[in-house]
Amino acid sequence: MSILIYAESAEGKFKKVAFELASYAKKVAESLGTTVTALTVNISDVSELGKYGVDKVLKVSNDKLAGFNAKAYADVIKQAAEKEGTKVVLLSSTTDSIYLSPLVAVALNAGFASNVVGLPVSTSPFQVKRNAFSNKAFNITQIDTDVKVLGLAKNSYGLFESTGAAAAEDFNPTIGDNDFGVKVESVEKVSGKVSIADADIVVSGGRGLKGPENWGLVEDLAAVLGAATACSKPVSDLGWRPHSEHVGQTGKPVATNLYIAIGISGAIQHIAGINSSKVKVVINNDPEAPFFKVADYGVVGDAFEIVPQLTEKLKAFKAQHS
Amino acid sequence: MKILVCISHVPDTTSKINFTNGDSEFDTNGVQYVINPNDEFGLTRAIWFQEQQGANVTVVNVGGPDTEPTLRKALAIGANEAIRVNANPTDGFFVAKQLAEVIKNGGYDLVIAGKESLDYNGGMVPGMIAGILGSNFLNSCTALTIDGNNVKAVREIDGGKETVSTTLPLIIGGQKGLVEEKDLRIPNMRGIMTARTKALTILEPVDAAVNTKAVKFEKPAPKSAVKLVSADNLDELINLLHNEAKVI
Ligand SMILES: Cc1cc2nc3c(=O)[nH]c(=O)nc-3n(C[C@H](O)[C@H](O)[C@H](O)COP(=O)(O)OP(=O)(O)OC[C@H]3O[C@@H](n4cnc5c(N)ncnc54)[C@H](O)[C@@H]3O)c2cc1C
Repeated sequence: MSILIYAESAEGKFKKVAFELASYAKKVAESLGTTVTALTVNISDVSELGKYGVDKVLKVSNDKLAGFNAKAYADVIKQAAEKEGTKVVLLSSTTDSIYLSPLVAVALNAGFASNVVGLPVSTSPFQVKRNAFSNKAFNITQIDTDVKVLGLAKNSYGLFESTGAAAAEDFNPTIGDNDFGVKVESVEKVSGKVSIADADIVVSGGRGLKGPENWGLVEDLAAVLGAATACSKPVSDLGWRPHSEHVGQTGKPVATNLYIAIGISGAIQHIAGINSSKVKVVINNDPEAPFFKVADYGVVGDAFEIVPQLTEKLKAFKAQHS
Repeated sequence: MKILVCISHVPDTTSKINFTNGDSEFDTNGVQYVINPNDEFGLTRAIWFQEQQGANVTVVNVGGPDTEPTLRKALAIGANEAIRVNANPTDGFFVAKQLAEVIKNGGYDLVIAGKESLDYNGGMVPGMIAGILGSNFLNSCTALTIDGNNVKAVREIDGGKETVSTTLPLIIGGQKGLVEEKDLRIPNMRGIMTARTKALTILEPVDAAVNTKAVKFEKPAPKSAVKLVSADNLDELINLLHNEAKVI
């Protein structure tokens, strides 16, 4: 009755969230006195998973699953869970996993808790802590079904290495043609840039930057930090930046280690989307800007003077510390 | 085409979040309720299909009588009729079961739900409906066009987007992009007047399992005050980020 995780990958490599999920699963497995099994799709070398506490890997290799398909993938996860007799299935919070999780829960007749932010508060009854109210509160949820599905919020647990090797085993689930009612015609990825979803650091600009011609400031700082760039809603509404960069309640959620907000006032709808970031730095010329109330570090002053200086100083710092 | 738009009735984002009864219940005192923003994009897209392609639009909510003003607002925006399933929506699976029942009985071609609601942020209902009904399902949908039974849509993915094709019947989890924010509809006087005469049907819930329950709420620990660094001492900021916060 080992715990099952779906170890997400892209282009033949595991995503970082897969290792975070494995680290988390290892701890949950210890408290339940069981082991961790990972399910992988079309990955040849799965050895890395052992480092993060996975005991066994079910390797699925199937051309039909070359592209992500929620219904088919959910079906595969269901079959793996049944084969393992698992009581707890764990998924991460990438866009794909969020798409999958409710389908998996229904298929397994399982209670489902999403946005889980820590280890179970109790395992009997089974209770977990989740984000709620746009990160303004937590909710302890009890799952009463025999099988449970959990979605782990991004960056909420961290990576923990352990010793051990994962034994790999080929797994051949049956995949029905009726799983393919939704067909992918084309995929457009923003290339060469760190995406908000994968980034550990996000540098974000607001209306205080005055215009799109000034975005070099944000991009230069992001480049030094290996960060993704983002913006507030009016900035994307004004067409200064693409909508895919808009973060907040109606935009993308950001749960990074470091969020740097430049010329953003800190309206509640913006904060709702970035609140679960660990460390927040604010640069704003208005000392009364509400963002200072939720920030960890702040600089009051003109972004046009501060940001280029900060970028130069960070360049020097990085050169010294690399 | 018959469209069903699932409407979640949620506290406005600016609401103060408090709990009562030993932190076991959300305190609704003084809270302003709105149509869940993700659902509002879906509703406006549905009204577009009504105006351009003659679709019939029904809105539905699983909730108590207190949610009726939210449904009336959706009617004032242009939905043809409304349904309220009279039950307390405490668990995503229970809600999905109720909605699946409405869909089965109503023969809807397209069901638009929001990808998540802003109260419990569960992100589970649209996927669960699809799981229960075995329908085609598309989450994080940012564009949708329909020609006969054929659907072309765009879905957000991490770091980009994906164009997909599928067919009706279809369930989507929608979000901003289905329409632009500037195109969101607000009720006008005529809409508000006619909404009063439109049908709002109340259905009793069907039996369904309640798989999860919220047992307690907590607020985040109070934050310590921001550390301000002077604009001419940016080395100190770097030092703090490196040695104290350990993020660079
Ligand atoms: C239903 C709803 C949903 C919403 N969803 C979102 C959302 O998802 N995301 C979002 O961001 N917003 C959202 N908003 C909008 C939100 O309320 C704010 O309007 C928005 O976040 C403000 O963006 P801003 O801070 O960039 O602009 P402004 O409010 O114009 O603030 C700009 C800031 O820049 C500072 N500034 C100006 N010049 C300089 C300078 N030279 N150097 C340093 N600082 C400077 C100013 O002091 C000010 O604090 C939503 C609103 C509603 C009603």
